[in-house]
Parts: sequence; structure tokens; C-alpha cells
Amino acid sequence: MDKGLSLKDVTISKAGTPLLSVSHDIGSGEVLTVMGPSGVGKSTLLAFITGTLAPDFHAEGEVWLDGHDITNAAPHQRRVGILFQDDLLFPHLSVGANLAFGLQPGGSAAERRARIDEALEEVGMTGFADRDPGTLSGGQKARVALMRMLLSDPCALLLDEPFSRLDAALRAQVRDMVFDRARARALPVLMVTHDADDARAAGGVIVTLAG
Amino acid sequence: MNRQRFLPVLPILTLVVMLGPVAAGLWGTFLPAFGHLPAAGLTGPSFDPLRDLFAWGGLPRAAMLSVSTGLLATSVSLLIVMFVTAGWSGTRPFRALERLLSPLLSVPHAAAAFGLAFLIAPSGWLSRLVSPGLTGWDRPPDLLIVQDSLGLTMTAGLIVKEVPFLLLITLAALGQTDAQRSITISQALGYGRVTGWLKTVFPRVYAQIRPPVYVVLAYSMSVVDVAVILGPNTPPPLSVQIVRWMSDPDLAMRLEAAAGALLQLGLVVGALAFWRLAEIIIARLGRHWIAKGSRGRFDTIVAQGALVAGGVSAIIVLLGLLVLAIWSFAGFWGFPDALPDGFTLRNWMRFGPGTMTALGETALIAVVVASAALILTIGCLEAEYRYGLSFSQRAVWLLYLPLLVPQTAFLPGLQTLMLSIGADVGRAPVMLAHLVFVLPYVFLSLADPFRAWDARMGTIAAALGASPDGVLWRVRLPMLLRPILTALAVGLAVSVGQYLPTLLIGGGRVATLTTEAVALASGGDRRAIAVYGLMQTGAALVPFALALLLPALVWRNRKGLRHG
Amino acid sequence: MKHLAVLAALLAPVPTVADIDLSNWETVTAEAEGQTVFWNAWGGSTTTNDFIAWVGERVKEEYGVTLEHVKLTDTADAVTRVLSEKQAGEDDDGAIDMIWINGANFAAMKAADLLFGPYAEQLPNWAFVDVDGKTVQTDFTVPTEGFESPWAMAQVVFIQDTADLAEPLGSMQAIADWSAANPGRFTYPQPPDFLGTTFLKQALVDLLDDPSVLSAPATDDTYDAVTAPLWAFLDDLTPTLWREGRAYPATGPAQLQLIADGEVDLAISFSPGEATAAIANNQLPSTVRTFVLDQGTIGNASFVAIPYNSGSKAGAMVVANFLMSPEAQVRAQNPEILGYGTVLDMDALSAADRAAFDALKLGVATLSPAELGAVQAEPHPSWMTRIADDWMQRYGVSE
Repeated sequence: MDKGLSLKDVTISKAGTPLLSVSHDIGSGEVLTVMGPSGVGKSTLLAFITGTLAPDFHAEGEVWLDGHDITNAAPHQRRVGILFQDDLLFPHLSVGANLAFGLQPGGSAAERRARIDEALEEVGMTGFADRDPGTLSGGQKARVALMRMLLSDPCALLLDEPFSRLDAALRAQVRDMVFDRARARALPVLMVTHDADDARAAGGVIVTLAG
Repeated sequence: MNRQRFLPVLPILTLVVMLGPVAAGLWGTFLPAFGHLPAAGLTGPSFDPLRDLFAWGGLPRAAMLSVSTGLLATSVSLLIVMFVTAGWSGTRPFRALERLLSPLLSVPHAAAAFGLAFLIAPSGWLSRLVSPGLTGWDRPPDLLIVQDSLGLTMTAGLIVKEVPFLLLITLAALGQTDAQRSITISQALGYGRVTGWLKTVFPRVYAQIRPPVYVVLAYSMSVVDVAVILGPNTPPPLSVQIVRWMSDPDLAMRLEAAAGALLQLGLVVGALAFWRLAEIIIARLGRHWIAKGSRGRFDTIVAQGALVAGGVSAIIVLLGLLVLAIWSFAGFWGFPDALPDGFTLRNWMRFGPGTMTALGETALIAVVVASAALILTIGCLEAEYRYGLSFSQRAVWLLYLPLLVPQTAFLPGLQTLMLSIGADVGRAPVMLAHLVFVLPYVFLSLADPFRAWDARMGTIAAALGASPDGVLWRVRLPMLLRPILTALAVGLAVSVGQYLPTLLIGGGRVATLTTEAVALASGGDRRAIAVYGLMQTGAALVPFALALLLPALVWRNRKGLRHG
Repeated sequence: MKHLAVLAALLAPVPTVADIDLSNWETVTAEAEGQTVFWNAWGGSTTTNDFIAWVGERVKEEYGVTLEHVKLTDTADAVTRVLSEKQAGEDDDGAIDMIWINGANFAAMKAADLLFGPYAEQLPNWAFVDVDGKTVQTDFTVPTEGFESPWAMAQVVFIQDTADLAEPLGSMQAIADWSAANPGRFTYPQPPDFLGTTFLKQALVDLLDDPSVLSAPATDDTYDAVTAPLWAFLDDLTPTLWREGRAYPATGPAQLQLIADGEVDLAISFSPGEATAAIANNQLPSTVRTFVLDQGTIGNASFVAIPYNSGSKAGAMVVANFLMSPEAQVRAQNPEILGYGTVLDMDALSAADRAAFDALKLGVATLSPAELGAVQAEPHPSWMTRIADDWMQRYGVSE
């Protein structure tokens, strides 16, 4: 298919032992949930897609994004966004600078500033552009991390158990926000989790990897 | 792209830069030791140099001194550090000691040695403070303390510098061994603090700090500047004698120097082997001890004794600096006055301009060398990260190799080699020689923080569109500002304190604060020594202060990085 | 040292005739302007270093010559350097432009054709030098032949702290007796430091009935018999020394610190004015005085020489000439600054210059030229090398 994220016969093995095998197409706005016990290799799958697979793993198969084969592309040229458990905001940059990090080059300073302010407004954090990320609450950090990723205009979104560090109340809120934004931008989403609630909220296909 | 082809090569290049001169120097020592020195018109092979060496009357004592001071200094330092850590890690006195570590480490060996000499000599400050009140002396006693024949003062001078170094290394190793939980468990099982730590944590920690301990042993056996200041003269330790032979106008003496250097290398290797054997024996004895289950009746005494010893060694360095400061402002100061007759700025005015020139030279060399070392280190670590190279345990030993080979064993050879090929001595070769010693320390200082950086930051940055270079410059290096500045400060301090490379490879033409200060040691002008010693300490201390202040300043609005 | 002569003889002879036209001093100063002269000189005395720094300022002002003081612990280092350069074929721009030198080092360099010259007697200020009254044309019995120019006269004096040692001692034997009665209050620098070897020389000269045997080179036949009294003297003296002879101060100035610390009461020095300069610098208490032995003490001249391969020969000659100028000599003789003896002939000077010398206050701790008494000649260099080696075997490796 032309639009969306396709995993074609992706098999990852370590030291000769196969760890997992996935083959699936994710259309625009769809969510694929990958579940399985710890250690089965869910994060490794994401590493393969982002292009940061550790050298002691061996992978076969292909990854296609919007009709392009990105299996061997450099990590920074894949246009695949990722969110981890931790917000991983760059501590040396302000909130605004974090958001600006992912902005494609081009446009005047004013234009870029406008986009950042727009993004902050979208998640209800107007005026936070000059704040130090270290002073934000957990929920605020998660929101900034999401907008940072979205501002880089990715063509797909990977989620590596992104809600597991948030407390119950915040969890649902942030989860909904992520899926809303992804659907609004028609992004294919691959989520890795071991939380059944997340899988249900995603509402898409669930693939369970055996140990 | 050029960068892509260059970066993977960098680790090899770094190894060559570090080990090349060592290998060349050893070759340049090996040849003359067997009589081959074309520059003097002598060709080998011949056993005459070795024969002359063993004919020297002072050889048995000089060699004995080298071995004994090395083994004693290393074992005492190690014992103090182990017992202090065992008895006090995590407590408030220990944290006070930790905070003193950086300043103590940055005091160059020569300055610490001068301070010690001025303190404990029969006419030193300690003696003056208690005379004639407590001792009734109005003349200093005729005791051979500084430059004593057993080398005990020299050993003490080495210990006060080695304790902070080993303590720092131990603290770094502790961070990776989960010591606190082991202590808690062993205390719950009824073991005292010290015994519990020694039985549960020490073996793990020692395995990590073994390479630096070997470095301390090799260094103590072959140090020259501390030996010149505090060691005996009749005969001097072997390394000092080697340097004396190197300076002899008769080029044929270079052969004897080379033979001596070869012997020094042999002694160091022998001592390291002996230490390894001792490790095995102690390990066996230790296992018996653990099996016996003794809970440690002497723990409190040992812990307190070790803290006192550690505290005393720290105080000695600080008091030594204080007495240097007093001498630098002193008018006439006779025995047994506790303080000089008057204070004056005259000494600083007399020697200040000279120290400025030496400071300029020292700073130039240090900045170039430390920067080069930093660039090579970051390059290697980045190459390791990007290309998934992994530096095995053996690579770590390669890193330590320049520090394990005694300086007196290969620097004379390097100088002779350069003489043979007609290379001129001067600043550039000195910089290369310094780089050999600075690189390992910078690498060791930066490697752990660099590798501990969360790689997911890199993944995110790449997902946001940053190229690998972009990740390095825009994310990783800024986040590592504090470790980088600290590694730079370490590199600067190591370069400032180098004596033998500057002296030998510089051919006497490169005058740094350290070479000038040690040259003054024989002249006995205490005020000059004090001024140069303080300048030398300042030159090593200021970068550390900056490494603490700058990140605090730059990240004053960044909570996440303020505590690095 | 034997090796040097043999090696040098095997190498091609180097022309020693000056390339520069010394008869026209203007051309020399013109060529010297802008040159940098690396003067390799002993750096163990801070007062001397200060003086050399002053010389540097003056030659820069007057002649545009930049003087760099390369501090040596041992003049022999410079000799080795020039020899190595000669073997490496570096004949045009060696690292050393001028060396503060005398004695055995000079003899070795001259024999090995390592020096530029003759030049000394062509320098303008040579006219002021006291050729008849002072030994400025022979160096340790070796004729200089113009290959080195003098700049200071040195004579051995003993420095005493009158607070503990009130009266001067008249002979080496008196010193030994006093040391036996007051153990641990005397020492001397460790040979092969030049002042240490000077002490040994002085002792030998004072102990011998006929010191003239020392002007001939030492031979295997004569050495043992002649030096026997010295070893007997030292065998008696050494156990009564400071630290019982198990340690020695490394250099001359180190002894001064020992006096200041109250560790010793007696020290040997080569500079009659050193004690006064040290008092002025707060290095010695004001109770110190100097004395010479009844039979006189050894004296010699300090010279500078120019290596054959210096790249700044004109500049070096300008500096050498300046060192012999009345201005520099007055300053060097000033005991509060340096206290070295002058090489100049008072009668050859202008009235103004002579007055400047007369105006110098000698200082309490400096003996007047009359009080300095007889100057004994230096022994032939060959004696010292043997005696120094012998000393190191006998006392230098004590346990």
C-alpha cells in the first residue's frame, strides 16, 4: 500500500535464536498494538524501525513508509516519530527550544515561533515557551514531548510504553490526547505495551508476541 | 563522506598516539643499553653498559629504594583508602573528605612535596611552632628527616598524593558495585561496618581498581621530582640516578643511563608480578577469613585509625600549601620563630615576572595537549557509540600502558632516538610527550559519564531529524558539559604537573612552572620555591574551579543539569 | 672527557677564524641588532638570575639584542649539546649562543674545537680589563687565547654565623677541629656540584705544603700520594658533618638556607659579596660575616664563551662586551645585588667610573679587596675530575 507503515516479514534474532517475527500493514490513522511479556523483544522491534538496532541483533525483512523502503535509511532521514516511557526532554534547552528542535529548517524566526506557540496552545500550555523543562509536572512534560514529536512532521508514530510512568488519572488523559492528535494527522501508529487498557483504548489490531 | 571514513579510524589513531612514543622510547632505550649509540659514535652490541651499571657502588641501594618506596607507598595508601571507605562511606566525615578530593588531587606532586619538606624538616614549620616552648630547642636537631636514607619521607610525600587519587577511583568503582545494600545486609547479619565491607564489597571493588593501583605502584617506583625533593641523595633512588646519567656531558654515560632504565623497567615489572602474587595469596587468606565468620572486634579502632590517617594526609597537603604561602610572603624567618619577622611583597615582585613566563609556557602546552586529548577522547567514544565498537577489558589495559611503563624507562630512549634522527627538541615534541600521559587520564575521566548518557535521547533526536553529528553537537555534548569540563581540568592538571617529559624531551629549552620549581629545589631559596610552587598549584587548581563554576553558571536556569 | 677529545679529533676540523670583522665594532653592533642570544648559564642562584635579567633589559635598550637566559644545573649539559650538534652536522644555528664557563668545561670545548674565536681581546671593553693584576688570560692553567671573555672574579670565602661561631677559622685543620667540637654544624655542597668540588680543592691546597704540584696534570703516579692528605682530612671530618655526612645540600645557595634555619653555622662560597646580597634578600640573618683562610683562598675568573655554531655570534659578542663594561661591572660588584668581584683595572677607568666603584658600600659581610688576601691558583682540571669521582665512590654512596 502507498500510505501507512508496512512491516514486511520482519524477523529479529539474537545469536542465532529468533526473537520475534511480525508482518503487518498499518494504514493512516490506524493503531497497531504489539503486546507480550517483558524481554520478548518489543522494544527491539521499535529500534529496528527507527534504525537504531543494537549490533548484537540480526534483523531480516523490510519496513516501508508511505511507499518508500526505509529499511536501510539513516535514522534521521526516516520521518518516524517515537515516544518513550520517559519524556526525555532535552534538559539543556527550554520548552520552546525543545519544540523547535524537531521543526524542519526554513521559515523566518517569527514563523517558527508562531508554530511553537500554536503547538503549546493546542495542549493548553500557552506561555510555557521559555520555561525550564525541569520545572514541569509529569503531565506537562508528556504533553511537550508529544508536541515536539508532532512538530517534526513525522509520517508514522511509534509508542514505547509511553503511558506506564504516568499515574492513573493522567494516563487516560494523555493517552486520549496522543491518539486524538495521531488520528487528526492521519498517522499510522505502532504501540508497544503490556497494559490491556492501552490496547483497548487504541482500538486497533492487537498482535501478541509469544516468549 | 570524509567524516564517516575518519571516525572509525580514530580509536586506532588514538592508540598509536599514545603507545607509539612509548614503543619508540623503549626501543631507543634498548639499543643504547646494549652499547649502540650512533650519535656518540658507539656501536653495539656490547655488555659494557650493563657491566658499568652493576659496577656502580650505589646500585643495590638505589634499586632497593626504588622497590621499597614503591611497595610501601602503594600498600599504605591502599590500606588507608580501603579502611576509610570501609568504615565511613556514606557518613558525614566521609562526605567532607570527598569534597576535599578535587583540590587535593589538583595540587601537583612537586608542590605537595615542597610543602611536606617545609613542614616536617627539623627546621620546618612544625618544629618551629613547638620550639622552644615545648621542646626547648633553639637550634634544630640534627635529624635526617627530609632526604632520609630509607626514603620514608619520600614515601610519605607519595602517600599524601596517592590517597586522594585512590579514593577517587574507589568512589567511582563503588558506584557500580551496589555497595550500600551489601553493607546493610552484612550489618543485619551482625558484622561490623569495616569487616562487613571488607568481606562483601572489597573483592568487587578491588577488581575494578586494580589497573589504577598498578599505575600507582609503577609511578611510585619511578618518580623523579618527588625523589629529588624528598628522597635521599647518597645514593639517590634509581630513577634520579638515571636522569643524572642522562645529563652527563660524556655521551657514553647515556649507555649506562639506558642500562639503568632497562633495569628500572625490570624492577617495575617484577614488583607488579610480586603484587599480583600477593593478591592471589591475600585472596586465599581472605577466603579463609570470610569462612571463619569473625564479626570484627577491632572494627571501631581500625575505622577511626584510618579516618585519622586519611585526615592527616589531607591536612598535610593543605598545611603544606599554607606554609608555602607564608614563605612566599616572608621577610627574614629564622629558627625557632613561628612566623617570619615581617611580611613583604618583595618575593612576589622578584619572582613574579619569571613565574609569568613559565606560566605562559605551561598554559600553552597544557591547553593544547588537554584539548587534543579531549578531542581524541570524544572522537573515540563517539566512534564507539556510532559504530558499535566495543572496547574490551584488554583495551582498558592498553589505555593504562603508558602509565605503567616507568617514565625513566622510555623518555630517555625517546630523547636519544630524536637525537639520532636529528629531530630538534622543543615545544612540539614536549606536547606529544605530554599527550601520551594526559590521554589515559582524560579518557578515564570522561568514559563513564559519556557512556552513561541515555542513548534514547539520541534516538529521539534522530527521530526528530538530527543527523548523527547533530545529535553529538546539539544534544550529547551540551548535556555532558560538566563531565567534559572536568575531564579537561584533569588533562590540564596532569600536563601542568609533568616533570620528566618536559625536562628530557624539551632539552632544557622548555621551562614550565614544574621544571623551574624542581630546579629551584636544589638551590634552597625557599621563597622562590614557594612562589613557583604556589603558581604551579594555582595553574592546576583554577581549571577545576572553573569546571565546578561554569556548568553551575551556564545551567543556572536548567534544573535538570545543575547537579550533573 | 677523554671521549670528547677523541671524538672531536675524528671529525672534520672547523675553521676557528672569526667570520665577522672584529676590527670594526660598528658592523658587529649593526649585525647584532634584532638577534636573540641564548645564554646558557647556571641558574641555581636567584641573585645571579636577577642580574642576568637586568643585563637582558640593558642590551635590549642599547643594542636591540634579545637575551634569553637558559638556566642550567650543570654547565656540562651545554657542552654535550654543542657536541651533539656538531656530530649531527648542525654548524650554522646551534641552540646555544653563549655559555658561562670555565675550568674543565672550557678546556674540553677548546680541545674539541667547539668554540668560536678568538674574539675576546678584540672587544672594545677589553681595554678596561686588568690583564696584569688578575688571571683573566688563563683558565685553570689553560690559556684562553681569546676564546672566552671574562666577566667576574670569584674568590673562595667562608660564611660564618657569628651568633654561634664568633671568630674566623684560619685553616682547614682549624675547621676540622671546630667541627669535631661542634658536630653537625658544618657541611658543603655535594660533589660534583662545582662549589662542592671547590671545597675539596681548597682543602687540598690548604693541606699541602707545596700546592704547586697541582698546576701540572694529574697522573696515575702522582695522584695517590698528592691527594692522601685530603682523604685523611675527610675521613676525620665527615662523621662530624651535618647529618653525619649522610646527606649534603645540593648546591651552594642551599647552604645559605641551612644557615638561616640555624642548621649549620659555616658554609663555603665563591662570591665575596654573596653574604651581603643574601642579607639584603632576607635570606641570611644580619649576624653573618665572611672570612678567608690564613694562607689565602682559591680564586678564578668566570668567563663566557661562544660556541662555534652559534647563529647569533654578533649578538653574543655584544652581550660579552656589555658584561665587561663599567656599568655592568659596578652593578655586579654591588653586594646588595650580586657581590661578584670585578675584572676591570681601576686605573684604566675614567674618573667617573672609578668613583662609582669607590662609592659602592661593601656591606658588613663583605671583605674588602685588601682583606681578601692572597689568591691561590686553581689546580689543573685533571685533578678535579679524579678527585670528584673518588669522592663519589668514597662518600657519595654512604649507607
